[in-house]
Amino acid sequence: MTEELKIKDREIAVPGEVLAEGLGYLPSKGIQRVNDKLVAQRLGMINVEGKVIKLVPLTGTYLPKVGDRIVAKVIDILMTGWRVDTRSPYSAVLSMKDATADFIQKGADLTQYFALGDYLVTRIINVTSQKLIDITMRGPGLRGLKGGRILEVNSNKVPRIIGKEGSMVMMIKHATGCNIIVGQNGWIWISGEPEKEMLTEKTLKMIEGHSHLSGLTDKVKEFLEKETGQKIDLAAIQPAPEETGTQEYQERPQFRERRPFNDRRQSFRR
Amino acid sequence: MEKRCDGRKQDELRPMKAKVGVIPRADGSAMFQIGNTIAYAAVYGPRELFPKFMQNPERGVLRCAYNMMPFSGHGERVRPGGSRRAKEISVLTEKALMPVLNLAEYPNSVVDVFVELPQTDAGTRCAGICAASMALADAGFEMKDLVCSLSMGILNGEMITDVNGHEDCVLETTDVPMAYIPSMDKFSLLQLDGDASKEQLQELLKKGKERCMEIYAVMQKALKEKYKVE
Repeated sequence: MTEELKIKDREIAVPGEVLAEGLGYLPSKGIQRVNDKLVAQRLGMINVEGKVIKLVPLTGTYLPKVGDRIVAKVIDILMTGWRVDTRSPYSAVLSMKDATADFIQKGADLTQYFALGDYLVTRIINVTSQKLIDITMRGPGLRGLKGGRILEVNSNKVPRIIGKEGSMVMMIKHATGCNIIVGQNGWIWISGEPEKEMLTEKTLKMIEGHSHLSGLTDKVKEFLEKETGQKIDLAAIQPAPEETGTQEYQERPQFRERRPFNDRRQSFRR
Repeated sequence: MEKRCDGRKQDELRPMKAKVGVIPRADGSAMFQIGNTIAYAAVYGPRELFPKFMQNPERGVLRCAYNMMPFSGHGERVRPGGSRRAKEISVLTEKALMPVLNLAEYPNSVVDVFVELPQTDAGTRCAGICAASMALADAGFEMKDLVCSLSMGILNGEMITDVNGHEDCVLETTDVPMAYIPSMDKFSLLQLDGDASKEQLQELLKKGKERCMEIYAVMQKALKEKYKVE
């Protein structure tokens, strides 16, 4: 049987496009075998790795996965916890027991912990077939976010923003001095000097726009060096274990005044 | 064999233009122009579906809305607001696209497709389906293939490709809009307005398939162009 690769590495495939013929090539997610042909099932960039053809999606809405660390927004307060927007079609529930180690009195006011409109760094612990989602605040670096700003990027570009073992995001942190938390859902929290926050935002938007091109790290490095006027020594940047605040995690949530709902309620994104 | 009223050959399509990502706020969008007919499609979602009773727990719901803008053309058909015709075409757009779309990953959610036509000159539903299928691909949905759509016709016993406004409204052409899925070799839309014999219809379908492949190439090119390396 003849085997033929119909597409080159790093090219864009569109749905229905025949990528290869013959049984020698192996499909991966987003590619289906139809008779003896490999057909792309969605828009994406092709990576040919030996005999395996991979399709890296470039667009699409975020779909929650177990284990993802996401930035989420509190949209409602329930009897036993909080409902949060995950920037996907499905909202998640943060139950009281996953939110804090504190003892919460029956009928207590939950806004003391997280109020409507607050952003949280959380981890997804369970997703059902019907996309009911449980999240937790227990774990290193998981906390409510104070101050800073939220930036929205396509969730498919998040791996490029983080870079290999966090190299890209570490470089931006190093250059701008901002604290950055990248959620897998494409919400990014930035906190630092106002001008530096703007620079970070610009850099991240640039990565999002150029994510399908190669040599991105060098481009970003060049851009940051030009903007900040300081040389970046990639070797000097130590990869942190995880952008935590272990300290902040141990800090007990402050007792706050009850916040009125109506003032805080913002329009939901979707 | 005479030339047609706009100087085209019998089997010639009107000039086409396609662009993807024309509406930045949408999750996916596309423009498709064929002759003087322009269709814009914007895809939003998957997102939460309300009212809740419309939700399907097994798979996501596709919801299309076709609209000719009030300044898009002339005649009885073009007036602001929805109509029976617009509603019908919305439903058939949905049905033309559904065979390629896999929404099993998105239970209880909805995918909204808005097709707007700022300028019309016959073949609007076909242009709308082309634009919508490109927009869905741009939004990153899992699709078996792109759907390409075209209206064929019979005028004075002769087969014509891509009926234009004059032929459709004035010359009383038999109009056969179709949507074709190349990889499955199947039609997901087939309508007939006028008279055609069985043989004529079979001939039309055969020719329509060939012409659809031209549209398919334009659509594929437009999708790839968005991510072209400068």
